[in-house]
Amino acid sequence: MAEDAKRYEASTTEWDRIAATQQFKDLMATKKIFIVPAFVFFVVYYFTLPILVGYAPNFMATKVIGNVNIAYLFALSQFFMAWIIAGLYVKAANDFDRLSKDIIEKASDAQGVR
Amino acid sequence: MSTSLVMFLTFIAITLGITFWASRRSAGSSAYFAAGRQIKGWQNGVAVAGDYMSAASFLGIAGLIAFFGYDGFMYSVGWLVAYLTVLLVVAEPLRNAGKYTMADVLAYRLSPRPVRAMASISTLTVSTFYMIAQMVGAGTLVALLLKDSGIKFPVAVIGVGVLMIIYVVFGGMLATTWVQIIKAILLMGGTILLSILVMAHFGFSFSAFFDAVGHVTYHDAKGQEVVKDFLTPGLRYKPPYGALDLISLGIALIFGTAGLPHILVRFYTVPDAKTARHSVVWAMVLIGAFYIMTTFLGFGAATIVGQDYIKGHGGTNMSAPLLAQALAGNVFFAFISAIAFATILAVVAGLTISASTSFAHDFWTNVIHKGVERKAGEEVRVARIAAFVVGFIAMGIAILLGPTANVAFLVALAFAVAASANLPVIVLSIFWRRFNTTGAVAGLAVGLLASLGLILVGPSLMAVDPPTVTGAARHLIQAKAWFPLENPAILSVPLGFAAAILGTLLTREPESEVKFNELLVRSNTGLGAEKASAAH
Repeated sequence: MAEDAKRYEASTTEWDRIAATQQFKDLMATKKIFIVPAFVFFVVYYFTLPILVGYAPNFMATKVIGNVNIAYLFALSQFFMAWIIAGLYVKAANDFDRLSKDIIEKASDAQGVR
Repeated sequence: MSTSLVMFLTFIAITLGITFWASRRSAGSSAYFAAGRQIKGWQNGVAVAGDYMSAASFLGIAGLIAFFGYDGFMYSVGWLVAYLTVLLVVAEPLRNAGKYTMADVLAYRLSPRPVRAMASISTLTVSTFYMIAQMVGAGTLVALLLKDSGIKFPVAVIGVGVLMIIYVVFGGMLATTWVQIIKAILLMGGTILLSILVMAHFGFSFSAFFDAVGHVTYHDAKGQEVVKDFLTPGLRYKPPYGALDLISLGIALIFGTAGLPHILVRFYTVPDAKTARHSVVWAMVLIGAFYIMTTFLGFGAATIVGQDYIKGHGGTNMSAPLLAQALAGNVFFAFISAIAFATILAVVAGLTISASTSFAHDFWTNVIHKGVERKAGEEVRVARIAAFVVGFIAMGIAILLGPTANVAFLVALAFAVAASANLPVIVLSIFWRRFNTTGAVAGLAVGLLASLGLILVGPSLMAVDPPTVTGAARHLIQAKAWFPLENPAILSVPLGFAAAILGTLLTREPESEVKFNELLVRSNTGLGAEKASAAH
């Protein structure tokens, strides 16, 4: 198909070489530092909700403001948690983009293909 | 002619106009399957949100909250938080390494034919279940709302089916995306309006609103009047298995969303991974706002309309439209109902295009013809034919199931299958060097069979009904359920992962390990990612 014509292709050794560069290792390390803790945090934070609702319903029914209870506030906090992590990720991802751009430019220049 | 019919016809006229416009821009595979990869970030975000805010959420969750209070709201929470998995784990690698379908990413390092065949089967399964649920919902709505105009259930289902086939066959991904965007904006508008009206009913006092939610009065099955605090958990998920079922539902949502084919294909419509990321964030803002507002829709319906009235006027799924009627009369009722139709129509079109893309690209071109398109345009032509076939099958099954079928389990099934079959394989192929073809095929097959099997022997389909229960309300298998949970994810997701890992460890495939670096570099940097086609 015509639209695939300019696709970047390289030999296995070339991919291995890129994967072994310090730049690529930096990119992976930068990603890992943000993504792994963020993923673990949100999974733990999220599953705390059904676990508490399921196993500690009386605690969750404790009223905080007027008729509003812990269960509802905790559920509501999940929305803000998700938005905050998404926002932090977008910020962190600017670094990923910067590092990726260098790697792509080097690889493409080497082949004369963009 | 009723007001809702007029509004619905207006929506159809506008969307058909878009389809005509898009049909002249849908030549070539990339244009047809991925809208030329030129959709903007916010546009794709709105479309992703639209794909997600299906009839199940607008009608279904409002109904669940109206009847079960807080436990219904638990669905809303999971549906948003699930997008963090999409954002952090799958959206960007998929856009970087893939072309049209999820299987493209798997096919890099694994043997393409068996992997694509299995991935295609699982995609078609998820899409079909999701689609039938929407079509039965559409048929029920039309039959209820337009009963004065003499339109019956099968006619309504055929109408929805024909329209969606027109959108997909003629307009491709571009038309499907714009139909989705318009519908998402309408749906957000309607939901905001409805929420404001609910708060106006309580004099814009949150304390008055939540006080009313604390004392919801209705009659139980025995005709006794009961007063319940609807903010208290436990109205739906009761001991002994309620807690486990809630956790299982959470697993299906958190890990299933990132495996839903009609959501994943959306990331191929944008120019690059950065735009894909921004579109997920746009979607999360809209989806989050929408699901927070289900508080007003659901609790509003519980307090202002009351479940006694809803039960007698179409049941749980009609909670949101009936709330609109109670607050602002028949014109607003018609408006909200028309939005509900539009929602179903747009989601069904999105499902059809993802199913037909997978069939044409994965199965036809890559499995049967070993990756070679024999004639220019063949892939698109096959996809168009597949859209016809998929549409007719879904119509047929929806009509057979009939308007009273219990369809909630079909949507749960779609999420559970996506979480158990698709997600483990996507994640392992991106992150595990040792992963191989046997593991992928085993993971897809076991995840699919385990989730289907556990639902078949679970309480959604198996129970002993008293003789007074008749028709579609009766459970399919009259025996005590073998598996106690409604949602199988808590067991089927670990089974999917286990099969993928075990299958890998039992065999060696040096080639897959050799090619791991290529996928690693491609998916993380975007080197060699599919580019947007030239502007038209």
